[in-house]
Amino acid sequence: MLNPQLTPDGKLRHLLSTEGLPRAILNQILDTAESFVGVAEREVKKVPLLRGKTVCNIFFENSTRTRTTFEIAAKRLSADVINLNVNTSSQSKGETILDTIDNLTAMHADMFVIRHAQSGAAHLIAQHVAPHIHVINAGDGRHAHPTQGLLDVFTIRRYKPDMHNLRVALVGDVLHSRVARSEIHALTTLGVPEVRVIAPKTLLPQHVEKLGVQVYHDMREGLKDVDVIMMLRLQNERMNGALLPSAQEYFKCYGLTPEKLALAKPDAIVMHPGPMNRGVEIDSAVADGKQSVILPQVTYGIAVRMAVMSMLAGNSA
Amino acid sequence: MILPDAEATFEVLLQKLKPLITDNTALVGIHSGGVWLVDRLLPLLGRPVARGTLDISFYRDDFDQRGLRAENKPSQIPFDVQDQHIILIDDVFHTGRTIRAAMNELFDYGRPASISLAVLVDRGGRELPIVPQIVAADIPLPVSQNLQLLQSEDGRFHFELKDSI
Repeated sequence: MLNPQLTPDGKLRHLLSTEGLPRAILNQILDTAESFVGVAEREVKKVPLLRGKTVCNIFFENSTRTRTTFEIAAKRLSADVINLNVNTSSQSKGETILDTIDNLTAMHADMFVIRHAQSGAAHLIAQHVAPHIHVINAGDGRHAHPTQGLLDVFTIRRYKPDMHNLRVALVGDVLHSRVARSEIHALTTLGVPEVRVIAPKTLLPQHVEKLGVQVYHDMREGLKDVDVIMMLRLQNERMNGALLPSAQEYFKCYGLTPEKLALAKPDAIVMHPGPMNRGVEIDSAVADGKQSVILPQVTYGIAVRMAVMSMLAGNSA
Repeated sequence: MILPDAEATFEVLLQKLKPLITDNTALVGIHSGGVWLVDRLLPLLGRPVARGTLDISFYRDDFDQRGLRAENKPSQIPFDVQDQHIILIDDVFHTGRTIRAAMNELFDYGRPASISLAVLVDRGGRELPIVPQIVAADIPLPVSQNLQLLQSEDGRFHFELKDSI
């Protein structure tokens, strides 16, 4: 089957999901991001790659960190950036997503960064747009959030360069987490030998082990000897049933405390995609502790998004 | 076409470069060949000289046609560019477009006192008003041919002539 993210000659045209991306492309994104890390440390933090191009950030769902880092990334590539926060009320005026896209295309947009509560929204847009236009999925429903998955993998690689010798644990609400899915696909494609998910049964998708992960329900057991702990946010806004007794109960079983962190390797790093619920999935002492790389994740997010945007912009179908 | 010996050409470059080195000179190599040259030159200059590397992938003027090169390396300018006399080092000088891109990138690090250009080979065919101060060998070539510097594992240089695609 033709991968809708790739050009006919196998180059990255859209970024919709880390699933099905060849290892060579993942590595190219990470290596290019490495070059962009240096750009942010210079006096002039811009490069001229996307000069004259227009990037539209269209967020049908709220986001601060992702939208801001996409905006900074595009600006550091010298693109012009338009931010549209399309809330449900303006959609109720009747315009379809594809009409919105067509209107922006008529204004000569070159790239769309899309966040939407519906899984598959970015995919739909990618199939609709003209050959010279690129689409980046900035989170679609429970499906995927590929740039977050990539920036997490990039952060891991920076702290733990030997990816073939790592034990990584994802802890928490895997069921509702598009970040978890994007991370799992990226990690397994890059050859990380052991990826664990640690969660109560109610917060795990059915047959999650088919993604190539090991399942733990006991956090103490699952954290033993891991190199990387990725905490996931408890997605309160996506919970519409009684999946959990209470936030306090959840913290007791699945919150990362200094005492549970001590079960991992002594040099293990702690990650969180944000926004954090302190005292729900992570203790403040851990979030602000010396093993935490949560803020470097944000910084690297800009370099990774610059890498993705510049690779896409050069690969028209 | 008989190519000169690359090691002998390198020796010419070294001798021509030596008189230009001052207290605030920095050698900046352009990836990949220019960086190889800088790393061979530095220990032979007889005095400490700052080292920098540039990968001009983010500054190329053909990005719209060719996209981003798959292999790009971080540029490293670990010294303060302000008031430095920078000598750009490249292996084969052709159209001048690489040098333009390198100068644009350098200015994003600061304002150097001067920039000069030293190359191993000038193969002719420039498309911009850029001329190297130091040329170790002139090897005029038709557009249909492509001269490359190669480095073997022991660090020694040799040239390779190919037909352009």
